[in-house]
Amino acid sequence: MEENQLTVRNIETYYGPIVAIRGVSLEIPRESIVTVLGANGAGKTTVLKTISGAMAPQKGSVHFQGEEITGREPDKVARMGIGHVPEGREIFPFLTTEENLMMGAFSRRGLSVGSDLELIYAYFPPLWENRKLTAGYLSGGQQQMLAIGRALMLAPKLMLLDEPSLGLAPKLVGEIAEIIKTINDEQGVTVLLVEQNAKMALELADYGYIMENGRVVMEDTCERLSQATDVQEFYLGMKDKGVRGQRRWKQRKTWR
Amino acid sequence: MDTILQLLLKGISQGCVYGLIALGFVLIYKATEMINFAQGELMMIGALIAVTFTEYLQWNYFVAVVLTILATGFIGLLLERSLLRRMIGEPPFAVLMVTIGLGFVLRALAGMIWGHDPQELRTPYSDAVISMGDVFVGVSNLVVIGGTIALCIALFLFFRYTRIGIAMQASSQNQLAAYYLGIPVKRIVAFTWALSAGIAAIAGILFAPLTAITPNIGFSGIKAFAAAIVGGFGSLPGAIIGGLAIGIVEQFMQYNFGKGLGDTSAYFMLLLMLLVRPSGLIASTQKKKV
Repeated sequence: MEENQLTVRNIETYYGPIVAIRGVSLEIPRESIVTVLGANGAGKTTVLKTISGAMAPQKGSVHFQGEEITGREPDKVARMGIGHVPEGREIFPFLTTEENLMMGAFSRRGLSVGSDLELIYAYFPPLWENRKLTAGYLSGGQQQMLAIGRALMLAPKLMLLDEPSLGLAPKLVGEIAEIIKTINDEQGVTVLLVEQNAKMALELADYGYIMENGRVVMEDTCERLSQATDVQEFYLGMKDKGVRGQRRWKQRKTWR
Repeated sequence: MDTILQLLLKGISQGCVYGLIALGFVLIYKATEMINFAQGELMMIGALIAVTFTEYLQWNYFVAVVLTILATGFIGLLLERSLLRRMIGEPPFAVLMVTIGLGFVLRALAGMIWGHDPQELRTPYSDAVISMGDVFVGVSNLVVIGGTIALCIALFLFFRYTRIGIAMQASSQNQLAAYYLGIPVKRIVAFTWALSAGIAAIAGILFAPLTAITPNIGFSGIKAFAAAIVGGFGSLPGAIIGGLAIGIVEQFMQYNFGKGLGDTSAYFMLLLMLLVRPSGLIASTQKKKV
């Protein structure tokens, strides 16, 4: 169990009376990149919120480095070393870029903060250029960089990335993917990546889960997932022509 | 001309007091989206604590001022811990009723402890008057203006340059994101209550020498609420500007049309503002993302 950075066991989370995830289990090994794929409303974001403590699960447990963190306050979870980059960036729009970054280091003291700040400016040169600018005026891609950089300022051991490619131009998606790879390689940060952009996520990650209607319906190494016909058809947009040169209108997924 | 200057100065000093109470409204609103209708009562408590320290205990005035601010700030902290923290996530209407009720309770408690007779806060500068030509200004009035300016500068520096100050801004701009970064938002909110109670105490200390202190002076909190709306709820400079506007208009209306219209002018301005420019003088509202 200790070799896992994060272990999620059979969590069930509700929005009021509505069940959002019904029994999800994930295992995220140390220094790996794991992705969770799925359509809108599959419950991906809820999984992340449950891990970081913004929502409490009704059942199940979350263990971080062998320690149970189920239902802990999100600020305490963050201070343990989980950096959550929420969907839609959620930067502080009226603070400057640098102030945003420094907020990531709120709970930290000491000299390493300064060198981490330099490191983040090295990863994201546009942030250095705009460090005195009010963050609300940054472009979408820069705001995404800021959100990732801000979470990196926590010096996290695990990063939860919620759709970092959302609303970005393809070129920027590539850049963000590069950065995620670098963070994982150089800093040894474990990454849990939630994505709708399956192509990017499957190229980047080592292992993948596919969610539908609040359940994990498929899991495998990303290599094998990219080969699976269902994944190709429903997530990578590859169509095979079918027998009579037409797609069958009632294609069924193997897991149904 | 002299009359106008006289009225203007009096209006500004009165407006500063409204502005300071309004600051408390806005601070708490920005941090928690609650409106604390007991803000005026906190000012009243501050003034009465200052009276206790200087008149009953005969402490040095400046020591008393510092201790009053700390004590009232502590009361604000206790109120948040014991009452308002439980109200997080409740409907705004329920929270509103709690703070209004809290105002009544504080007023009654003050009546029980200090009585309903008017009291006086004597300061080292109580009777000093400065004359400029035919214009006579009480030093107390000038201290109110100077104190407000000093406090505004201090607050500006605090929010601009300190770690806690920036974290307070961050939590008010995006609470969940602040949580995700390990900022202890609950402690920040508690600190906000302490800060705005402390500012209310300063307002009380500055206001007290200008008037007779009874448990009912907390009612000027309602005028300060009007000031906060006139200035644009959610803007700290707006709170002060709204306070000044109401303070000045009130003095002129009172001089020209009598006390009745003077006292109601704050609410006329409130209505007028809501009709003409509902976002206030300094609009700071941003559209919320759903």
